[in-house]
Amino acid sequence: MTLPTAHAEGLILCETCGLVCDPGREPHPHCPRCGTTLHARKVDSIRRTWALLIAAAILYVPANLLPVMSTYTLFNTSHDTIMSGIVYFWNTGSPDLAILIFAVSIFIPLAKILCMVLLLIAAQYGVDKGLRQRALMFRVIEFVGRWSMLDIFVITMTVGMVRFRSLATIDAGPGAAAFGAVVVLTMIAAHTFDPRLIWDRSEKKS
Amino acid sequence: MPKPLPALIACPHCDALYRRPTLGRGERARCARCGAPLYREAIKLDPDHLLALVIAASITLVIANLSPVVRLSASGITHSASLIGSIGVLWDEGRVLTAMLAFATTIAFPVAELGAFTALLILIRREPGSPHVAALLRGIQAVRPWGMTEVFMLGIVVALVKISHTAQVIPGVALFAFAALTILLTLIISYDLKALWALRPLPEAEP
Repeated sequence: MTLPTAHAEGLILCETCGLVCDPGREPHPHCPRCGTTLHARKVDSIRRTWALLIAAAILYVPANLLPVMSTYTLFNTSHDTIMSGIVYFWNTGSPDLAILIFAVSIFIPLAKILCMVLLLIAAQYGVDKGLRQRALMFRVIEFVGRWSMLDIFVITMTVGMVRFRSLATIDAGPGAAAFGAVVVLTMIAAHTFDPRLIWDRSEKKS
Repeated sequence: MPKPLPALIACPHCDALYRRPTLGRGERARCARCGAPLYREAIKLDPDHLLALVIAASITLVIANLSPVVRLSASGITHSASLIGSIGVLWDEGRVLTAMLAFATTIAFPVAELGAFTALLILIRREPGSPHVAALLRGIQAVRPWGMTEVFMLGIVVALVKISHTAQVIPGVALFAFAALTILLTLIISYDLKALWALRPLPEAEP
């Protein structure tokens, strides 16, 4: 099925207010309704998305290796990484929570980085198979990304709650900041990626 | 000045171009090419009803942020923990980045969004063409993905399950306030901002 696209008709969709505009012959058109600069595609989308993803992939390593929480009690001190926190839930009779934390803290960030890399490479080479599947994949990535912040909030509230003076305190570890950065970077990467690029090259071919 | 074409609609996910469909109540338009949702008939909420929801959410937000989420006791020591207090502890322990991230996503961005929304809804009734309306709408769209109240709500639940093994937990006011806030924000966010943009008058077409 071939459908007309805004780009092929010389029109631009305003990304802020959703108005379709005819830019005429102006070199730097602005949306007549909201004033946003009009671009047919997000500016420098592929390069910016690559940069953000590479940064996220690098930070994924310290996020998983460094402790995210340290527990101090009268008798001992223990450091927990994301994974050992998951094992703790599994062993203390909450396998459901263990699975939830594993999904949002380990599986989703990694799957998100790998899927975005796939989307970028496929868009750059103009792969014309599985277009609808890739479009759906992008929408899923965009939707689930924010839930990875769960562990940051669990850490924040646990640190605030466990303040029993010398008896027991919990402190956040350096891994938490790295993990937060991974989530933020992948969210920005999903925002800078222009899903219309999935379709653009394949169209020129046909 | 570029020419506005309000009778057309383009898919933001794949750029397919359509004539804007007229939808019945509760119907939604999907892109025939990529399957992305395009447009739905806005829930029947006029800006005044939305304003009531936004004010209710703002009040709930203040209670949720400042009052204790839980009171805990273990070995005879009792204390309470609030969201702002917990972020303060992180900050004092030197976990500045983590503290800033938690502060931004649970307090700063939701406060900014609700504040801007209140101003916008008051202004849009008097002067829909004002440039401030456009600035406020753009601001709301920019901060919206970064407010994470519903994720935080789930975070509280997980933290409570974790703590309940070692300490006695008494729920506080903010626990219920966060639950209410999650519901209010879900209602507010389900309102499509494009409907507010559509209230703005379009410039006269050039002859």
